[in-house]
Amino acid sequence: MTSSSASDLVGVIGAGSFGTAVANILAEKSDVLLYVRDAEKAEEIRTSRLSSSQRIEDNIEITSDISEIGNRCEVIFPVVPSANFRAMIEDLAPHLKPYHVLIHGTKGLDVNVPDHKKGEPLTRKEVKTMSEVIRELTPVLRVGCLAGPNLATEIAERQPAASVVASHFEEVIDIGQKLLKSDRFMIYGSNDLIGIELCGVLKNIIAIGSGAVSGMGLGGNTRSLLISRGMVEMIYIGNALGGNTKAFLGLAGVGDLIATCTSNLSRNFTVGYRLAKGETLQEIIESMEEVAEGVNTIRIIKDLAQTYNIRVPITETLDKIMKGEMTVEDSHNYFMKFPFRAEIDFME
Amino acid sequence: MKPLVLRRRRNKKQYKPILKSAKSWPVVQMAKKRNEFIQLVVEESYENLLEERRGKSLREELETTIFREKQRAKNNPWKVDPKDDKEFWSGMQHKLMEVDAYPEDEQEAGQKSILKEILSRYGNEIAGNFNPSHYSVAKAVVTIGFGRLLNVARVKGPWSIFSNQLDLDDKIHVKGEIDQLRKLAKIGTIVMVPTHYSNLDSVLIGWVIQHLGLPPFIYGAGLNLFNLKIFAYFMNSVGAYKVDRRKKNPLYLEALKSYSTTAIREGCHSLFFPGGTRSRSGKVEKQLKLGLLGTAIEAQRQIMQSDEKPENSKIFIVPMTLHYHFVLEAPSLINDYLRIKGREKYYRERDEFTSSYKISKFLMKFFTKGSDISVSIGKALDVVGNYVDENGNSIDNKGKEIDLEDYFKSHGEITEDRQREQEYNRILGKKIVQEFHRINRGFSSHLVAFTAFKYLEKIHPSLDLYSLLRLSDEDLIISYSAFRDEFSKNLRILKEKKEAGELGLADHMYLDIDDVVKHGVKNLGMYHAMLPAVWTKSGDLKIQDMNVLYYYHNKLVGYDIELSK
Repeated sequence: MTSSSASDLVGVIGAGSFGTAVANILAEKSDVLLYVRDAEKAEEIRTSRLSSSQRIEDNIEITSDISEIGNRCEVIFPVVPSANFRAMIEDLAPHLKPYHVLIHGTKGLDVNVPDHKKGEPLTRKEVKTMSEVIRELTPVLRVGCLAGPNLATEIAERQPAASVVASHFEEVIDIGQKLLKSDRFMIYGSNDLIGIELCGVLKNIIAIGSGAVSGMGLGGNTRSLLISRGMVEMIYIGNALGGNTKAFLGLAGVGDLIATCTSNLSRNFTVGYRLAKGETLQEIIESMEEVAEGVNTIRIIKDLAQTYNIRVPITETLDKIMKGEMTVEDSHNYFMKFPFRAEIDFME
Repeated sequence: MKPLVLRRRRNKKQYKPILKSAKSWPVVQMAKKRNEFIQLVVEESYENLLEERRGKSLREELETTIFREKQRAKNNPWKVDPKDDKEFWSGMQHKLMEVDAYPEDEQEAGQKSILKEILSRYGNEIAGNFNPSHYSVAKAVVTIGFGRLLNVARVKGPWSIFSNQLDLDDKIHVKGEIDQLRKLAKIGTIVMVPTHYSNLDSVLIGWVIQHLGLPPFIYGAGLNLFNLKIFAYFMNSVGAYKVDRRKKNPLYLEALKSYSTTAIREGCHSLFFPGGTRSRSGKVEKQLKLGLLGTAIEAQRQIMQSDEKPENSKIFIVPMTLHYHFVLEAPSLINDYLRIKGREKYYRERDEFTSSYKISKFLMKFFTKGSDISVSIGKALDVVGNYVDENGNSIDNKGKEIDLEDYFKSHGEITEDRQREQEYNRILGKKIVQEFHRINRGFSSHLVAFTAFKYLEKIHPSLDLYSLLRLSDEDLIISYSAFRDEFSKNLRILKEKKEAGELGLADHMYLDIDDVVKHGVKNLGMYHAMLPAVWTKSGDLKIQDMNVLYYYHNKLVGYDIELSK
């Protein structure tokens, strides 16, 4: 393989807090083209050099023309909320060629139910991870994802951290490592793309639960109980959706789980916290600047778990709380009485 | 009174050969330069093996291979094996020991020369012996011979052997993307990937290929088939090369892959059964053996990398499904499957298709009695699984034309990346499986078996597969009215799935429901010694052979029929 030259322009799609953080990490080694959908906002970032309250590096160029991303960059990092991901890929697809490499950083799921299936139980066919959306809509095969305990605020403060690049292709992992790795940012590789994607997706559910525990004023014991049982629940769901157990035991699984469940910098944690303080979901969502992926994920996973008959007590409980069918106080009692048998029964 | 005679259909399509002269067939070119070709294969596999050491030294690799080959020659010899099989491997063992006595810096060269000698032997073993005049004979035997038999049986009367009223194409229906296949065969290299149920598949495919006016395809036939003289003649004459499944050592596998890569690269149309062996369960293949399929990808990349890029050098993967009411080997296949599934144990490759008598008897039945056969030809794919248009251009999911070379590029250059190509191979395999399911055609007999089996499963919910297969006789009668209800529901679901493009259905599935059932029961495994299902006097269904019923039922597994409403 020819070596990557430093002048290769790398594309980033999405200037939210994580997208901006990724663009800044990449900018240490390469010139970056950052796509901002809204032309006005793009202009604002261009002049202020500030994006999601982070100062952006000098070698980051801003564009609001998506064709430029496809035409000028070979490696692209899409980092947009899952709810906008499909539409964004649809726009990008005409400008993508089979030589492109896409490494996404979105921790959510896509639901796309064809009209004739509306009203039927939700199945895995209609629920896709972001890499599956890319595969469905574009000719690109070399796809990967970036997942790990990466709280954007801490990365912006240049604190040390690590992440996982997962792909079925060694060359994608190599590219990810080459572009992202620095002495304060470590990159591990994994070939379990779906497993690693699901880690990032599912941990948001537990993060909301953990926020609720904090909001109720409960301490370390309760939170640890929730995190470790949450981990088991994640593995059950993950296995059912096509991920391997191993992924969940690594940086993107347990690592990210701990970060989001213990830090009030996490949006998902905040949602749970404020729910426990008595706010309604509606109020919380409206007042937040960026999407908390976990809210949507809880709904999707609850439906899937019903279809496939998987026991997901934490997800179910949170779903009821979000819908207002159960108070946080009641849930606490309900959860403590839930009959668990063996503590760990997913390992041979 | 004049005997009643079947009228010959006039709308039969005749396909002209796409290449006029047999001399221009790639396979003829290859046969002419047989030795040169084998030399290429040896060189290529030699390079590859030296490049990729899997944590074993060359010495270890040679030692294990020679040891295993000696064991094989002693414990599992076949008629078709070369006379000097044992001597050759003992000789290699001697040489290896001699090399061990060399001074250290000369050992490697000695080992390499042994490697070359072994590869060269493998190359010669694998290479086919295509002969255009034998090909014509075999072709004539199949088409004229069986055509005659067909007429004797169907068009009664002693002189009917000279009658032309019925041809094989009355019996074998070829459907699907025929025009695209013929066109692409002119502008590129075809790799045909059919489903595999019976040893007769290759005969059938051979007939289909010449029927469609295509030049012969080369293909890897199980060496066990060469044990039989009549088959050996046929196989050799259609450009078959030999795959010996007893040999699983890396040296042999590399030689085999190089053979296939080189042939495809040189423009020989090829045929793989990507499922590996015949489907033992009767299911449409789900897991493919990706080894040989990967050679198509490698060949395509090599063509792209070559300096003088020849025109018409694109490789097209064409999935194909074969549909029978009756598979001769069903009883033994399904028994193997159940035994292996029952306890996953080492399974020794057996050769049960040995008796010439059994085969000729079957061929007589097959070509002289009812039981239609159909073949579906799928849309062509490029080597990473994209559809191609009629001009061979790759098309993405959104209908946009894309450049296949881009899949092999990194920083604007075509690169060789084995892991990448392995992954492409996996993606291509998945796509082929999808296409198999999509172009597969449901037959009445399969739906009879499916419905009957699912019905028994439903009324015995607590039984596992093995207990179900051992139901006692009185539990094996199914009332017609109950059966008919289930059958018509399943048929409706299948028709919906056909509309949604999930599978194909034979024309006879559109008869009246009772006629479809009758057609199905009549044709279900019709030549087995024990018919899987028969009518009782009171007009109910009686299952006589659960294993075989299960086998034919499997042909419709994987469509989630049981999950639909």
